[in-house]
Amino acid sequence: MATLIIAEHDDVHLNEATAKALSAAQALGKPIDILVAGHQAKAVADAAAQLAGVRTVLLADGESLANRRAEPLADLVLSLADKYEAIVAPATSAGKNVAPRVAALLDVMQVSEITKVVAPDTFERPIYAGNAIETVQTSDKKLVLTVRIAAFPAAATGGNAAIETIAAPADAGLSRFVGAELSVSDRPELASARVIVSGGRALGSADKFQEVIAPLADQLKAAIGASRAAVDAGYAPNDWQVGQTGKVVAPELYIAVGISGAIQHLAGMKDSKVIVAINKDGDAPIFQVADYGLVDDLFTVVPALTKALAN
Amino acid sequence: MKILVPVKRVVDTNVKIRVKADGTGVDLANVKMSMNPFDEIAVEEALRLKEAGKATEVVVVSIGSDKSAETLRTGLAMGADRAVLVKTDAASVEPLAVAKLLKAVIATEQPGLVILGKQAIDDDSNQTGQMLAALLGWPQATFASKVVIGDGTVDVTREIDGGLETLQLKLPAIVTTDLRLNEPRYASLPNIMKAKKKPLDETTPEALGVDAAPRLTVLKTVEPTGRTAGVKLGSVDELVAKLKQAGVL
Ligand SMILES: Cc1cc2nc3c(=O)[nH]c(=O)nc-3n(C[C@H](O)[C@H](O)[C@H](O)COP(=O)(O)OP(=O)(O)OC[C@H]3O[C@@H](n4cnc5c(N)ncnc54)[C@H](O)[C@@H]3O)c2cc1C
Repeated sequence: MATLIIAEHDDVHLNEATAKALSAAQALGKPIDILVAGHQAKAVADAAAQLAGVRTVLLADGESLANRRAEPLADLVLSLADKYEAIVAPATSAGKNVAPRVAALLDVMQVSEITKVVAPDTFERPIYAGNAIETVQTSDKKLVLTVRIAAFPAAATGGNAAIETIAAPADAGLSRFVGAELSVSDRPELASARVIVSGGRALGSADKFQEVIAPLADQLKAAIGASRAAVDAGYAPNDWQVGQTGKVVAPELYIAVGISGAIQHLAGMKDSKVIVAINKDGDAPIFQVADYGLVDDLFTVVPALTKALAN
Repeated sequence: MKILVPVKRVVDTNVKIRVKADGTGVDLANVKMSMNPFDEIAVEEALRLKEAGKATEVVVVSIGSDKSAETLRTGLAMGADRAVLVKTDAASVEPLAVAKLLKAVIATEQPGLVILGKQAIDDDSNQTGQMLAALLGWPQATFASKVVIGDGTVDVTREIDGGLETLQLKLPAIVTTDLRLNEPRYASLPNIMKAKKKPLDETTPEALGVDAAPRLTVLKTVEPTGRTAGVKLGSVDELVAKLKQAGVL
């Protein structure tokens, strides 16, 4: 039997999360198919076919699959499930939304956000905001997994898998897509950025957040992140939140600006390679995980750092 | 319309947990426990819908030991009308089993809407709402930041990776809460007193006819490899030099 990966995409681009889930799936040691479920998503299937080590790309293309609503997507995956021993999704908002729905329909207990494949039935996953790592073994006949994307490298390209077209499911009409407000940005994506500059409550306003954080991020070609407090206060959009209940990131360089370092924030960034903290309170918990710290006022330090990097 | 809100008793969000040295789990002895924060948001949302005349009754449900009754009392003190405790002394009830138990409770309660937290901050699974929706064959809207009840429908704005998305679901439906949905109220002292007299029914997995046996075996639980604090630097120039040295610029 084989493994099926539910691709992460927006009908136009294949998201890198898919290649990371593929790395995790390879450790299961079975042939791998990728499901591209979307509407007018042929380009995504073409991209998926180029990932190394993929047997077949299944392209289900139809209006019911636009926007990846959980109900039709889960029905589709369920209709394919007989042929697969494992169903794997990246732990993105779309993956987290659909995978448990599939698992319940298969009477399988999902293993969420795996960070390591120990054996084909045994996985490591963080619990308690990453303050403990649990090794779990499943007794279910099928596997449903979501994969923490920051924990796996992206699989290589260079493959040339066959693309097989399959029927899109009928829409049972339980839900309807009304609209979306998506952030448009030229910056790298938070989940896969090499450098992230994150701002906290200390920024004080949306204007200041932009004025102080954006030039440093521009200089470093970085993605911008935020603490929950900054998002709650409206300084930054929701999809910038880093943490236990936001995005989990592991860039080469993470710069935390005016962020205290609450457990829930650390859960989302403490696996970064190098962490820099800028905070005027020398006792802030963020310094316990930072490689380099500057105990100073961010409103003077950040512009100075931006300038120093420009030179 | 009746709204059902499942709530879980978890380690309080401000507690720094300790992993047992022998790898058998997390030390929960004498640790402060509270209602899962996302479930507080779910209770709050249900109460606001009732106060706005969109719902007639709010029922809180919990699955756990006797102590989960305290969590239900918290929900009642916030303003819920009734509570149901599915009593079990099992060390772990996994999301799939919780979803099956909730489905059984829903068969008698017949709510028009179920609002759950998107994840519990202990196991961080983020599964129960989606699983419950699947078992019931109901539509789902996870990670909600806005809930608007319409005529036989609910419009839910969801926090997704790229921003926000709005879905319209036919009722009955499942909604799971995200942080920005609302700010939960504190229970006032008079309401805490009143809550003691509100009805709290008990049932069991056996009575509901649900096999709640776990599917996963936890082989071990360890502390993550920690980071050690680095150095505090005196100037921006020193920082730039260090970052160059580390090869991350
Ligand atoms: C259920 C739940 C889930 C949560 N999930 C998340 C999550 O996913 N992500 C997350 O981030 N949080 C999360 N939180 C919130 C978390 O507990 C903290 O409240 C939050 O991270 C604090 O944000 P902050 O560090 O920006 O603000 P604060 O804690 O207020 O810190 C601000 C910092 O700025 C410093 N400062 C102030 N002025 C200046 C200045 N001029 N120059 C330099 N430094 C300055 C202060 O010294 C302070 O350390 C969650 C909480 C709960 C209950």
